Amino acid sequence: MSERERTIDRRGGFVQRAFLNFVHGLIQILVTYLAVLPLFILTVLSILLIPLGVGIFLTPVMVTALRGVANQQRLWAEDWSGVPIQRPYRPRPSGETGPFRRLGRLLGDPATWRDLLWSLLNVPIGLVLGILGGGLTLYGLEGVFVAPLVARVADYGWGPFWTLDDWGATGYAGTVVLGAALTAVSVPVGTAAHKAHALFCRSLLAPTGGALAARVERLTETRSDTVDASAAELRRIERDLHDGAQARLVALSMNIGLAEEMLKHDPETAARLLAEAREAGGTALTELRDLVRGIHPPVLAERGLEGAVRALALSLPLPVDARIELPGRTDAPVESAAYFGVAEILANVVKHAGARRAWVQVEHDGRRLLMIVGDDGTGGADPARGTGMRGIERRLAAFDGTMAVTSPTGGPTVVTMELPCALSSPRTSPSSGTA
Amino acid sequence: MRVVIAEDLALLRDGLIRLLEAFGCEVVEAVDNGPSLLRALTAHRPDVAVVDVRLPPTFTDEGLRAALEARREIPGLPVLVLSQHVEQLYARELLSDSSGGIGYLLKDRVSDVKQFVEAVRRVAGGGTALDPDVVAQLLTRHAREEPLQALTPREREVLGLMAEGRTNAAIAARMFVTEKAVSKHTNGIFGKLGLPPSEDDNRRVLAVLAYLNAG
Repeated sequence: MSERERTIDRRGGFVQRAFLNFVHGLIQILVTYLAVLPLFILTVLSILLIPLGVGIFLTPVMVTALRGVANQQRLWAEDWSGVPIQRPYRPRPSGETGPFRRLGRLLGDPATWRDLLWSLLNVPIGLVLGILGGGLTLYGLEGVFVAPLVARVADYGWGPFWTLDDWGATGYAGTVVLGAALTAVSVPVGTAAHKAHALFCRSLLAPTGGALAARVERLTETRSDTVDASAAELRRIERDLHDGAQARLVALSMNIGLAEEMLKHDPETAARLLAEAREAGGTALTELRDLVRGIHPPVLAERGLEGAVRALALSLPLPVDARIELPGRTDAPVESAAYFGVAEILANVVKHAGARRAWVQVEHDGRRLLMIVGDDGTGGADPARGTGMRGIERRLAAFDGTMAVTSPTGGPTVVTMELPCALSSPRTSPSSGTA
Repeated sequence: MRVVIAEDLALLRDGLIRLLEAFGCEVVEAVDNGPSLLRALTAHRPDVAVVDVRLPPTFTDEGLRAALEARREIPGLPVLVLSQHVEQLYARELLSDSSGGIGYLLKDRVSDVKQFVEAVRRVAGGGTALDPDVVAQLLTRHAREEPLQALTPREREVLGLMAEGRTNAAIAARMFVTEKAVSKHTNGIFGKLGLPPSEDDNRRVLAVLAYLNAG
């Protein structure tokens, strides 16, 4: 969704806007008290319990849960108020093992402590701004419609004028007028309150300078990996062409030249040479085809990720159940990284897993491309050992993507890959308009 | 035999025209993009269309799509699809309407001129011509499945050649056995796959289709 669309989306009608403000405010307050506050308390407790040992296992769980809530808040800030908040967390290094390292990474990440501070400060701030954002309209409407009626049966009416009876007719009129005025201003005020809350969240939940520096460092690292990998790939392609197809084509034209000479006085040998030449041409084509497939599979160019993964699933020597839900196509480089990720994992399944079936699931949740590959094999796959899996991690990392492998001995193995990316909404090919 | 050709590379297009005309076919039109292909097919209703998968304007699978659309408009229109690479996915789509007159070959196969022309004729006559690569994939893929395990290696070999679209006579010549022996094998295959006796040619397509659709 573009920035412009978002603005239009936020404007909406008065009634719709008032309703949304109310709902958002309510959600804000409920989440603050039912999730953020309990998580703050539990996280602090689990950190305090680290010396007793329990905290070593409990803290990562709590911190991860808190991150989940904070991430939800980041999404809301962007969706509701148009304040985008980047995630500041340090990426999980590949091959991280053991609870101590995990604890060390989580507690060493400044973002963890800023999340914790946010979860405490959000309790009063979220409440006040949530009430302002969500309650004003309701209170104004109550002043117009409910308070005057209640004041007739009881001596006390809750409205913009308290207690209505003491003020007589002025009280009744005042409460209606003030209620109407409050209702009128509630929408801009409510929207501003939500925006203020989003800005408050950003002040604590967005990456700080340090986090940005860490991110730059990580980007530099993945970029140099990517450059190295593509340089190596180019060298491989050059070598394959030079030693393979090119050499074969030279031999082929040599054979044809020789056959031309032989044609007059030894047609039989000429025919044999031509047959050899044809064979060499066929082999050269096969080599070129394999090479092209390694660079960018033609079916990926023709059908996109969905078609390519389906074609891949069909071509493997074991049944692969492919469930793919992609409403559009993504950028070619991302698509390519995604495809090779799935292809490599499936190749591993065929080679090492001893599986009888495998399955692939590909979907896009609006922000990320999610690819899950599973099999019913023997398990025991270790991303730290296989160069193939390392390669995928590098390929995905170039796009901020990640890979997680669960593969207990005895199986089953499930590999989850995530690639943050946008989808282009039109499914049709770009030139279909001219067709 | 009246042929329509769709191929965007002039060099290959001219080669195909020359080749088919040398074998007595009449090339009624040769086009270089998907939309004109569809127009040419509906206008000429040729005996067979020889179509490149990747055509302008999209340079994706425009040719394949145009061929499929033409077959929806003219049921049973014989189409031989040529491609730089073969995918089971495409073979499946081409055969999805279960009628013959379909070929799907690697472009390389054109170099074996006689076999290629034979394939064109077979497709024009309502037969099938699947690329050996597709068939090989098919057979490895389904090798673990029940009905195929019942086949002897010899029968499997026959099924492979049958899936490529060859006649019993051609299979016999290929395998250096008598036609009678091949016929014995094909009956064995039909029996094990549970295909009841009917017109022999149709059962051959069905046998291949059964495998395409099983996965």
